[in-house]
Amino acid sequence: MQYEVDKLGFYGKYGGAFIPELLHSNVEELEDNYLKIINSDSFQKEFRALLRDYVGRPSPLYFAKRLSEKYNTKIYLKREDLNHTGAHKINNTIGQILLAKRLGKTRIIAETGAGQHGVATATVCALMDLQCVVYMGEIDIARQAPNVSRMKMLGAEVRPAKSGSKTLKDATNEAIRDWINNPKDTYYLIGSVVGPHPYPDMVALFQSVISEEIKKQLKDKENRDYPDRIIACIGGGSNAAGAYYHYLDDEKVELVSVEAAGLGINSGESAATSVLGSDGVIHGSMTKLMQDKDGQIIEPYSISAGLDYPGIGPLHAHLIESGRSKVLNATDEEAIKAGLLLTRLEGIIPALESAHALAALEKIEFKPEEVTVVNLSGRGDKDMKAYLKNT
Amino acid sequence: MGKERINNLFNKNKKEILSIYLTTGYPEIDSMPVLAEKLAGAGVDFLELGMPYSDPLADGETIQYSSSIALKNGIDFDQYFNQAKAVRQNIDIPLLFMGYFNQVLRIGIDTFLDKCVDSGIDGLIIPDMPPEVYKNKYKPIFDKYDLGLSFLITPTTSDERIKMLDELSSGFVYVVSTSSTTGKTIGFSDSQIDYFKRINKLNLNNPMVIGFGISDKQTFRIANKHSDGAIIGSAFIKALKDSKDIEKTAMEFAQNIIK
Ligand SMILES: Cc1ncc(COP(=O)(O)O)c(C=O)c1O
Repeated sequence: MQYEVDKLGFYGKYGGAFIPELLHSNVEELEDNYLKIINSDSFQKEFRALLRDYVGRPSPLYFAKRLSEKYNTKIYLKREDLNHTGAHKINNTIGQILLAKRLGKTRIIAETGAGQHGVATATVCALMDLQCVVYMGEIDIARQAPNVSRMKMLGAEVRPAKSGSKTLKDATNEAIRDWINNPKDTYYLIGSVVGPHPYPDMVALFQSVISEEIKKQLKDKENRDYPDRIIACIGGGSNAAGAYYHYLDDEKVELVSVEAAGLGINSGESAATSVLGSDGVIHGSMTKLMQDKDGQIIEPYSISAGLDYPGIGPLHAHLIESGRSKVLNATDEEAIKAGLLLTRLEGIIPALESAHALAALEKIEFKPEEVTVVNLSGRGDKDMKAYLKNT
Repeated sequence: MGKERINNLFNKNKKEILSIYLTTGYPEIDSMPVLAEKLAGAGVDFLELGMPYSDPLADGETIQYSSSIALKNGIDFDQYFNQAKAVRQNIDIPLLFMGYFNQVLRIGIDTFLDKCVDSGIDGLIIPDMPPEVYKNKYKPIFDKYDLGLSFLITPTTSDERIKMLDELSSGFVYVVSTSSTTGKTIGFSDSQIDYFKRINKLNLNNPMVIGFGISDKQTFRIANKHSDGAIIGSAFIKALKDSKDIEKTAMEFAQNIIK
């Protein structure tokens, strides 16, 4: 595979583990064990059973008839919104919690933006009876209140991240510092394909069930196992990595990543990392990130808490740099509009993150016979306040 | 002078060596040079000049706070170098820059190192520059300049890895006393003392300097008993935070440790 991580954890020039020495032993323990554990029969058996019976997989691949008519093409929605807890995030938390248990860890920490990963982590911690601490930016706590309540009800402690921009970036910093301070008993359950190696590879592996299913489902519905195009939003890029995974080497499948443009790419209030960013290190990984001339990380903005992140996973930096994936972006306004459109055409209220992927439909020229899969990464319950305010 | 200045310090066989960390740009944008002079005047042996970073992963609340104030004050790269240059004109003790790898990458490793030399900086501490990547990729660039480079050792670092980090370091190795972010712990437990002893037995090439968890005369003494020197960071920043007269505070802080 051309887009697989190499031995040192790099995708081309991106990735690696740029961590303070204080984290070396934590990360080394993971690196030495993750593939061995994940590839074992007992792990796979338990992982697959939970995805089926607990998460509710396979998630449907739904032919969106009215949406297809509007764009005069064939559009399928991969319904990750129907997963238990309402987003793709649970695929990864199930995988990592099983890994954490096998490593003998007793305390789980996580960062969260939209709260979806926090909820998915709190959920698997309840399931496995493990202590759970979730770091969440103060601003996100305010704008994603329903998810904060869910995490607490599930038994997690939600710790506000008060530094910096008080959003996902800072929650991630706090989680990493917690891990430095608790190197033995604690497992850091990261929520996207970001962070030091081996996290990006591991999270992509767990999310790859999405494209594994798309292959089978398309074979049934279209009598070929690939689409012409896959569209996914990218915050860190885990739902996109999962939706692309089994097609990475299949160049006839176009991969379209949609970033959050916030109030507009050049408004100064944006999270369009690949356009505004440059190469550097964030959260232990060499990738593209938004930074000023001195390497200070710029605080991003998006209406969508899950996309409000100044970096992208190193796999995506590599896919973009090599031309394998194409990047589009959507503003707050375009995302809201696309979310409302899906709601009225198909009776599905998407998460604001996923609404960004849908907004890209306006920017693509389709052929009628083309097959496009949009990864509907999550549902919009958590975003009702933002939707109502903007209609 | 570069790493020679650091080597000279440790070759003097001085009994106790004190280094103090200060955040450039804190509490006021131009405080650092005055504070550095006071500290040097009070007998501090070398200084770590922090280059404030927006996302300092290895730092606890105190240094995060001073960094964020410094950035709000408008501190930037030009000023790190200009202020360091100003300090160098007045004092002769080793000066080290401490910053994060993304900052160095951003202005370019060659440019950064060149400007360090030009500003009279003698050594560097970059806690998130991975030694493996350094060895494979950046060492030839660093080797062109005569600067000390101190890699970090922690309580969970294996003996084998400690030796590798020692090989790559010059000037001294930075022995982090505890598995934690800066400013988190105070004092030393028996297991920490055992850890210091374990490193001593390895007979490293470089002097070892202990940092993290040193806040007062007592912890300074203990650290020096088991090493070649000790670094105080958060405790000094805290003292500045509570101070109405920072120059006086700096002088008294150093005198209290050294006397
Ligand atoms: C529904 C949904 N989609 C997408 C994302 C963005 O994450 P990623 O880019 O890792 O898929 C989030 C993050 O919170 C989310 O909740």
